Amino acid sequence: MQRYLLRRVVMAGFTLLVVSLLIFVMSRAAGDPRHIYLDDYSTQEDWDRLTVALGLDKPYYQQYGIFLKDALRGRFGESIAEGRPSMEIIIERLPATLQLGLASFIFSIVVGVPLGIFSAVRRGTMLDAVGKVVALIGQSAPVFWLGIMLMFLLAVKVQWLPPYGRQEAASIILPAVTLGWFYAAANLRLLRSSMLNVLDSEYVKLARAKGVAGPKVIWKHALRNALIPVLTFSGVTLGSLVTGSLVVETVFAWPGLGQLAIKSLVSNDYPLLQAVIIIFTLMYVTAALLVDVMYAYVDPRIRYA
Amino acid sequence: MAEATGLITVAPRSVPARFASRVWRMRRLPLIPMFILAVFVFTGITANWIAPHNPERGDIRARNLPPAWLEGGSTKYLLGTDHLGRDSLSRVIFGARISLIVVAVTLGVGGVFGVLLGLVAGYYGGWVDELVMRVVDIKLAIPTILVALVLVFALGQSFIIIIAILAIAIWPRFARNIRGEVLQLKTMDFVALAKVAGASTPRILFVHIFPGVVNTLIILATLEVGIVILLEATLSFLGAGVPPPTPAWGSMVADGRDRLAVAWWISTMPGLAIMFVVVAMNLFGDWLRDVLDPRLRQLE
Repeated sequence: MQRYLLRRVVMAGFTLLVVSLLIFVMSRAAGDPRHIYLDDYSTQEDWDRLTVALGLDKPYYQQYGIFLKDALRGRFGESIAEGRPSMEIIIERLPATLQLGLASFIFSIVVGVPLGIFSAVRRGTMLDAVGKVVALIGQSAPVFWLGIMLMFLLAVKVQWLPPYGRQEAASIILPAVTLGWFYAAANLRLLRSSMLNVLDSEYVKLARAKGVAGPKVIWKHALRNALIPVLTFSGVTLGSLVTGSLVVETVFAWPGLGQLAIKSLVSNDYPLLQAVIIIFTLMYVTAALLVDVMYAYVDPRIRYA
Repeated sequence: MAEATGLITVAPRSVPARFASRVWRMRRLPLIPMFILAVFVFTGITANWIAPHNPERGDIRARNLPPAWLEGGSTKYLLGTDHLGRDSLSRVIFGARISLIVVAVTLGVGGVFGVLLGLVAGYYGGWVDELVMRVVDIKLAIPTILVALVLVFALGQSFIIIIAILAIAIWPRFARNIRGEVLQLKTMDFVALAKVAGASTPRILFVHIFPGVVNTLIILATLEVGIVILLEATLSFLGAGVPPPTPAWGSMVADGRDRLAVAWWISTMPGLAIMFVVVAMNLFGDWLRDVLDPRLRQLE
């Protein structure tokens, strides 16, 4: 168990290192940052001052070292557009993204898990068919398009919900449903197939033969085991909710990190972009790590694999 | 080579023959998905002959026209026109071509790369395997869209970069699954026999082991098609895909985003096209997987 955990932690650290290197190389490949800060009216002195200030007079490996050291302290330089530390902007926007992520995670569980269970238990009924449609839409409709369609139908046509922004409490519904749908579909499919497997297993048959009541077999004997694949997948979910937020926040003008990433990309605000990407990767890797740990705890077979 | 069974001589059928017979034995062909996919491929290939209008040039007098079946619509523009007066139908048709090209090239590049690495990693084992699999782990631990955005930011927007990004996104799954298959196959007697017979390593890999992974490869490829289409559309939507004015489905949805109240069809049509193709591909892939290899049902 400890060896397994250690391995995961080392891997996570190494992944972050690779991302930081990638970002460093890319930001250098993108062109000379001095051209972004300076204009036609700048003098040679400005240029030289900036060279020293940005550390561009040092060799690349030293520049990377400085970049890494600053990153570890949460210092990513000042945003070009807003003229204040990137980290400050990120911290302001973090709650909105976490809120949206949590809401869509809840949606994916609340919709995906019961539908998954019932479409396995009541196989071939109307409910199973409904589940299939929900799953197909979730897995095949592009997230951005689904968002736009929901916005058009529920906010423009019938005006039940606010179309965008984060002014009202109801504002979160559309983005959360859009973002959560894909994962609801995935949970549903996973749970349905693993429920069908488990319901067919010896121990469920034994429980039935012993005369355990139907609902108890389903909820206690079957569901507990069927939930394992869903749990693994929720690791992927938590992590990619992060990237999903890039798209959904853009569609619904939700003022979180995803929207910030796209904004900084469009406006060439590279210190800010670097910071957002590192924070995103950190969240992603941490989520994956947490789930691996939980997984090893729930399913003892994993520890020794 | 014939194989003696004592009573009769049975000639083993070739791989394509076995593949074909197994496919045809399945009675429940997914006809609707296959039809949709056929339409997709056909329109993609013949786009410049069947599209009624130029997809990149619009008629300013015919802006935001609704589809033909709605009031104010005209049969000249069956699916309506966008904010620049460009014909939606023609743009959707040419969008099919873009998606088709992107899928074909990406699967070619990413698939070949992933399969090669998977073969080598599985066959050699040891540090080669360790290295490839760790790279796979790292790649899978980094959110694809972020990598894509960084690459587009640093290197600029071009068709080649999009292909590179998508190929980088898909190769790890090929490598990981093919490697798993090779691990099993390489312990088989026919591999040992080939070695004894003096076959070179490339020969063992490509002549003896590769045919054994073809089924897995086909299934993986079909499942990746939907992923590639969605990924490309997402990048185009975010403005980091195939550069405009090329009519990619994702950027067409983005075009209509701010005009929902006046012209909902601009976003709706290309989105429907994406959804139909991806649904069809997924259903077809599921079916193919069940026919070729029911063991792979858990394959992501």
